[in-house]
Amino acid sequence: MKVQEMVTRLGLQAFSPGEMEREVTGGYASDLLSCVMARAKAGHVWVTLQSHPNVVAVASLLNLAAVIITEGVVPDEETVQRAQEHGISLLGSPQTTFTVAGRLSALGVSGAD
Amino acid sequence: MWRYLLADLHLHTVLSACAEVEMIPPLIVRRARELGLELIAVTDHNAAHNVPAVIEAAAHSGLTVLPGMEVQSREEVHLICLFDTPDQVLAWQERVWAALPDRENDEEFFGAQFVVDAGGQYLRTEKRLLSVSAALSVEEVVAGVRALGGIVLAAHVDRPANSLLVNLGFVPPGLEIAGVEFSRRVNLAEAVRRFPQVAGYGLVVSGDAHRLEEMTAQTMLKVAAPTVAEVALALAGRDGRRVEIR
Repeated sequence: MKVQEMVTRLGLQAFSPGEMEREVTGGYASDLLSCVMARAKAGHVWVTLQSHPNVVAVASLLNLAAVIITEGVVPDEETVQRAQEHGISLLGSPQTTFTVAGRLSALGVSGAD
Repeated sequence: MWRYLLADLHLHTVLSACAEVEMIPPLIVRRARELGLELIAVTDHNAAHNVPAVIEAAAHSGLTVLPGMEVQSREEVHLICLFDTPDQVLAWQERVWAALPDRENDEEFFGAQFVVDAGGQYLRTEKRLLSVSAALSVEEVVAGVRALGGIVLAAHVDRPANSLLVNLGFVPPGLEIAGVEFSRRVNLAEAVRRFPQVAGYGLVVSGDAHRLEEMTAQTMLKVAAPTVAEVALALAGRDGRRVEIR
């Protein structure tokens, strides 16, 4: 599934579009950035409540396909700006991390395990 | 003239729900003197009501007490905020409380939060839930504390929870913290290898004491005076000041 299809199917808001044609190869959910750095893989979508600018740095470092910030949290201006500069897909959902991860699983996106 | 001060810059009083009832001003001061400490900071979770009582209890004891607070940021990162005067920390508390959810503490679950006098006598119970995140980012905490003349240390960065390094992965670039704190049982050589992100930051080892026996005297500051400006210089290793971990 491409990022664009994920955005459409989950009704996500795009704070920064990034590469919409990129393939999502898996997913990871955590609010601890150190765990994300250890477990998430290139091409994954990362689902989190964190909206700190470090989120963009981690997504860029790991070459993630997209980040979904949950529960309607609006990231800081700086976070959005950095995502746009780095071409990171920074997306938002009003739903909880649990629900978003469940819907992604139902769409065939599997975890890092 | 230089002073060499043993310091423990992170401890809790009975105002912190998780602290034992023995964490009252006279016993904290007595334990500090037993350990040879000359500088401590009172750093309760998101509050500072017991700071004046500990300062009063330490009067004429040779022990300097820095008013402080352990703030939990929006990212659930614990940050040690240190000031020189109670007025500064109480001004900071107003800012933090405006950003805390207005909920009542659940004593059954978290424990009680007591305000006491210099003798350790009970004055009142703080009802507001303090064991929770303030809606302030780490950047907002650092900027707010510095604007009031204080300094910020990243708390217990070697621990698995509420650590700047665990929650945010690395020190955000440009974040003007004065230094980072390791917890009292740390093997410092191993910790520095495990956390290369803290290279270049001044280090302290603090007790994060929730009981008297957890206070620690592993950090020696070479400073001209027991003030936050001097602590900041020592952490930066500037102008002849320095920190030694024993």
